[in-house]
Amino acid sequence: MIAIEHLTRRYGAQLAVADVSFTCPAGSVTGFLGPNGAGKSTTMRVLCGLAEPTSGSATIGGRRFRDLPNPGRSVGVLLDAGAQHAGRTGREALTLSAMVQGVPAARVDAMLELVGLGGPAAGKRVGQYSLGMRQRLGLAQALLGDPQVLVLDEPANGLDPDGIYWMRGLLRGFADRGGTVLLSSHLLREVEAVADQLVVIAGGRLVAAGSKDELLAGTGTLVRARDRSALQQALSASGISTRPGDGDAVLASADPEQVGLATARAGVPLVELRPAGGAGLEELFRSLTHAGPQGADGAAATVQETRA
Amino acid sequence: MTTTLLPAPPAPTLPTLTRVELRKSRDTRAGFWLLLTLGVAALAVPLLTMFFADPRAKTFTEYLTLAQFPVSLLLPVLGILLVTSEWSQRTAMTTFALVPQRARVVVAKLLAAALLALLGVVATLVAAGLVTALTPVLTDDATSWEVTAQHVLQVVALEVLYVLVGVAFGLLLRTSPLAIVLYFVVPTIVTVLVTTIPALDWVREWLDLTTTTEPMYSGDLDGAGWARAGTATVLWFVAPLIGGWVRLQRSEIA
Repeated sequence: MIAIEHLTRRYGAQLAVADVSFTCPAGSVTGFLGPNGAGKSTTMRVLCGLAEPTSGSATIGGRRFRDLPNPGRSVGVLLDAGAQHAGRTGREALTLSAMVQGVPAARVDAMLELVGLGGPAAGKRVGQYSLGMRQRLGLAQALLGDPQVLVLDEPANGLDPDGIYWMRGLLRGFADRGGTVLLSSHLLREVEAVADQLVVIAGGRLVAAGSKDELLAGTGTLVRARDRSALQQALSASGISTRPGDGDAVLASADPEQVGLATARAGVPLVELRPAGGAGLEELFRSLTHAGPQGADGAAATVQETRA
Repeated sequence: MTTTLLPAPPAPTLPTLTRVELRKSRDTRAGFWLLLTLGVAALAVPLLTMFFADPRAKTFTEYLTLAQFPVSLLLPVLGILLVTSEWSQRTAMTTFALVPQRARVVVAKLLAAALLALLGVVATLVAAGLVTALTPVLTDDATSWEVTAQHVLQVVALEVLYVLVGVAFGLLLRTSPLAIVLYFVVPTIVTVLVTTIPALDWVREWLDLTTTTEPMYSGDLDGAGWARAGTATVLWFVAPLIGGWVRLQRSEIA
């Protein structure tokens, strides 16, 4: 439903998005991941017709956003919860949108109710809203036109744990009814629970894309021992490369059986041994966040290796 | 997998977008007070005239002329805010995500601004009428209801022009303080400059908005006057509008 094809966006000498391609099928939630400044927001702005691509294209249902006659009725957009007039009430902000889209006024209150801004909160000025309330208002605005596609930039920002749980349920339900969701975040944990597929970018380049299961599988083995240095010696003696994991854990680039055999041979007692699962992707993700744009190519190579 | 969108409802019409812009002009505290101030000022100036002016100045046409001054001062600010608030309050992202054909939003804003100027003139007509009716009651002076169609037409043209200049300035500069300050400062500097340098007389006569539109307050603009007001309009309205329009089409909304 959403198709990003060889999208490039340049600002002077700076390359914000470089040759990024991915698709978001109907009936699924796509988690769009990357550290701050990776090019997620630029990609989404191009998708929503707020910025022009330098080259490549971004389409929704085969059409450019700018060619949609009444885009709010097919694509719900939340790119910035702060993009509301502080002097308008929540209800007024939605009423203006409803007028533009030709949506009945009753839908305004229904959406405010849905996102938990019914009652007195609807009549308060947006300037008095917390960030979480603004996110909820933004979500109500995105859902107002009863769209088939949702494009949400960091929607969990500012939501409390209850709010995040509620939003996951809402997006899951939306996708299960056949909707398409593209949802960005700089936190893997935030989208892991709801996304069907993941797209990871760093430094403007695509570093990983695929179904969540595919990306979270085959990323090595998490192993833990009381004597960490002995464990590392045992693994390198068997030619298994390692990376540091969470806490005192070690991530070994081999399957659990090979790791178990190697440590048994060396006589190192283990405390934990299991497939790394999300830990591998998380570790990749963290390395991207720390390395910044320069590290992207190296990280991309790592992904290629681990997936090969 | 579905690859096409459901048939979408038609695009919002220009009248709809204009209604939305009119609503935006009054649904914030700043907008509401600005409109109220405008109405109050339109009434206050003829009222003060009735109490303190020369007896000969107490006619409908005179009240109408005087009421234009506060309105023509405040309307451009309204026009500026109609555009700049989209950027200062960052609502541009929402606005243009709902109407990606940016030119349509600009046209709707120009139409809404022109309608607000018409409303402003109606307010001055009502105020002038009210004060004319009150003059024989509250003072010892005689009054006159006489007014020409030419006078009314010219104040309409004047106020519409002034509010549209505000919209154009807002569109070009996009920040409220900068647009408001430049709107008031630049013409003043130009006026001072051309008044002190005799060689620049032609600039004042043809390009100074204040000078060329002055006869319109009292409905006294004549043949050559229209041409002079026209050239000033090109400089102060058409030029910034084109600049702002191009800037809007090219820029990224963030």
